Amino acid sequence: MPKALRVVAALPLVALVLILAALVWKAMPAIRYNGFGFFSRSVWNLGGSYSPIVTTHGIRHPQGATYGALPLIVGTLQSSLIALILAVPIGIGTALIVVEKLPARLSSGVGFFLEVLAGIPSVVYGLWGALTLGPFLAHDIAQPIANVMPDVPVLNFFRGEGAHNSAGNGNGLLVSGVVLAIMILPIIAATTRDLLRQVPRSTVEGAVALGMTDAEAVRAVTLPWVRAGVIGASVLGLGRALGETIAIAMVSGGSPGHVTTSLYGAMTTIAATIVTQLDSAFNDVSGLAVSVMAELGLVLLVITLIANVGARYLVRRVSTTALPVGRGV
Amino acid sequence: MPGNVTAQATSDRRPEDRAAARKAADAALSRRRLTNRLAWAAGALSLALVAIPVLSVVVGVVGRAVGDWHWNVLTTDTAGNGGGLLNALEGTLLIMGGVAVIAGTIGIAGGLYLAEYIPADRGQILRGASEVLSGVPSIVLGYVGYVVLVVQFHWGDSLAAGLIVLSILVVPYVTKTTEVAIRGVPTAYREGAEALGMRSGYTLRKLVIKPALPGIATGLIVALAIAVGETAPLLFTVFFSNAAPTGQLTHSPVGYLTYLVYTFFNVPAKSAHALAADAAVMLLVLVLVLIVISRVLVSMTQRYSPERRQRVGRAPT
Repeated sequence: MPKALRVVAALPLVALVLILAALVWKAMPAIRYNGFGFFSRSVWNLGGSYSPIVTTHGIRHPQGATYGALPLIVGTLQSSLIALILAVPIGIGTALIVVEKLPARLSSGVGFFLEVLAGIPSVVYGLWGALTLGPFLAHDIAQPIANVMPDVPVLNFFRGEGAHNSAGNGNGLLVSGVVLAIMILPIIAATTRDLLRQVPRSTVEGAVALGMTDAEAVRAVTLPWVRAGVIGASVLGLGRALGETIAIAMVSGGSPGHVTTSLYGAMTTIAATIVTQLDSAFNDVSGLAVSVMAELGLVLLVITLIANVGARYLVRRVSTTALPVGRGV
Repeated sequence: MPGNVTAQATSDRRPEDRAAARKAADAALSRRRLTNRLAWAAGALSLALVAIPVLSVVVGVVGRAVGDWHWNVLTTDTAGNGGGLLNALEGTLLIMGGVAVIAGTIGIAGGLYLAEYIPADRGQILRGASEVLSGVPSIVLGYVGYVVLVVQFHWGDSLAAGLIVLSILVVPYVTKTTEVAIRGVPTAYREGAEALGMRSGYTLRKLVIKPALPGIATGLIVALAIAVGETAPLLFTVFFSNAAPTGQLTHSPVGYLTYLVYTFFNVPAKSAHALAADAAVMLLVLVLVLIVISRVLVSMTQRYSPERRQRVGRAPT
């Protein structure tokens, strides 16, 4: 019995190795064709569907095919960064209120909300982002900001591309960032809440006994106590945001050719590009386009795995060193 | 705090100085009170910012669906730019069932092995692999499923490919929750069973797995909720079908709800928009039902779990 179980328990490891092997195998032609320029070019050209297939460096490709993933990588990082900026403070604030102020019954209600938030399918967030949030941000946030924002080079990022078209139809960087923020909020809030519950009461009570207000006690005692764990939870959320696919495919505006110059501009991410371009990649008879998708997948995998492994390392460190009473402040 | 210090240091000075110091201390205190209020107000605001999106998503999506809701969407198949959800509902439930079987078996067996047969401080490679796997973006899994299973294995549009990919996606959750649930069973149970001379297989079944069942089931249900809501791993493995699932594992596409939302929401036809909204509502309903079931199960576990005692001060060992 244990032998059989052992084989089953090893399956995730096997799957991981196979996934990596399959990606590298499929990505090889694209890696050799694209070279390092893949990370610095801003161009997305599959080559014409009817252009002749030619061979360069031993790789068959449609004439004129050029790929550069810079806009996708930048878009992935930009949207995830916006998500973190929004979700981390809100998540921590929610967790603090739930643990420190709300009665048990209400806090379990908030827990239910967080679970629903985590459980809503990303395609539903995408639908909501495209139909409800996008138009709202475009008309009620972007336009007023564009109206008051001075025409200064750096601030133009927040002003939109000229006052006239800044509103657009809503799809773009900001909507993507906000949707991602909502999607990673439950991870950050729930993990922080669970960490806060582990902070020994006596330490906080000591701080209050010294005359601190409870907000000061939170700042001076509680938050430092859980800092590493909260960072870990945030990075875990970041990992999720980086890899999120469908919702972003629905609200990003899908612009793989250039890095957006405005907060509201159309953009795209690595994951969204794979899902939206794979269909047309099938039409590339040389197989290069499908191979490029594998290279994208590999880049995405590396980025998300760094985030994930880092986060888990941090949380593991905190759960062994910060738990014993009297340490970690 | 600086205010208090000033007040004490000046206590032997002239009365008017003392009054001034008292005033300064009061000002500092009220400033701190204000800061305190503001801080908690910010907390309350963030709570509101959590609640608003949930309500907005539910109201926005349901609002779009109820406008021209017809009950026959539940009894007809998708056709052209409209029609019903029956094929997609059947497909989603079929996929759910398949994932429950595959991911359930693998995940529970793996979790059982990690919890029962290796000590907590060992098996880091297996646990690590499972955690790393849970961080792999779903589209990467979907791509690999397409390249390997659909193309290389010539499975074509394949339910089996979709099930395998989705199972890989959710197995880590099931493994983790199973391990935690089984480790949560008090050691005293096992020791008692051993003292009474029970056979180890019997102990495992009746005294270890049975009390852990609600926890295991919760993990499985969460995994199902994830599986129901996924789109990216399915798009290029099971593709989509307007007809009811045939039950064939390969060379037969299957319809599912998330596809309808993803594809129909920007098809320029009113019937397509309505169907996308209807499918989104069905997804919300499915996920809500699963969450409610899992919460009921959790409250059942907590009634007997030793974790209840931890809250009143015992550090987890």
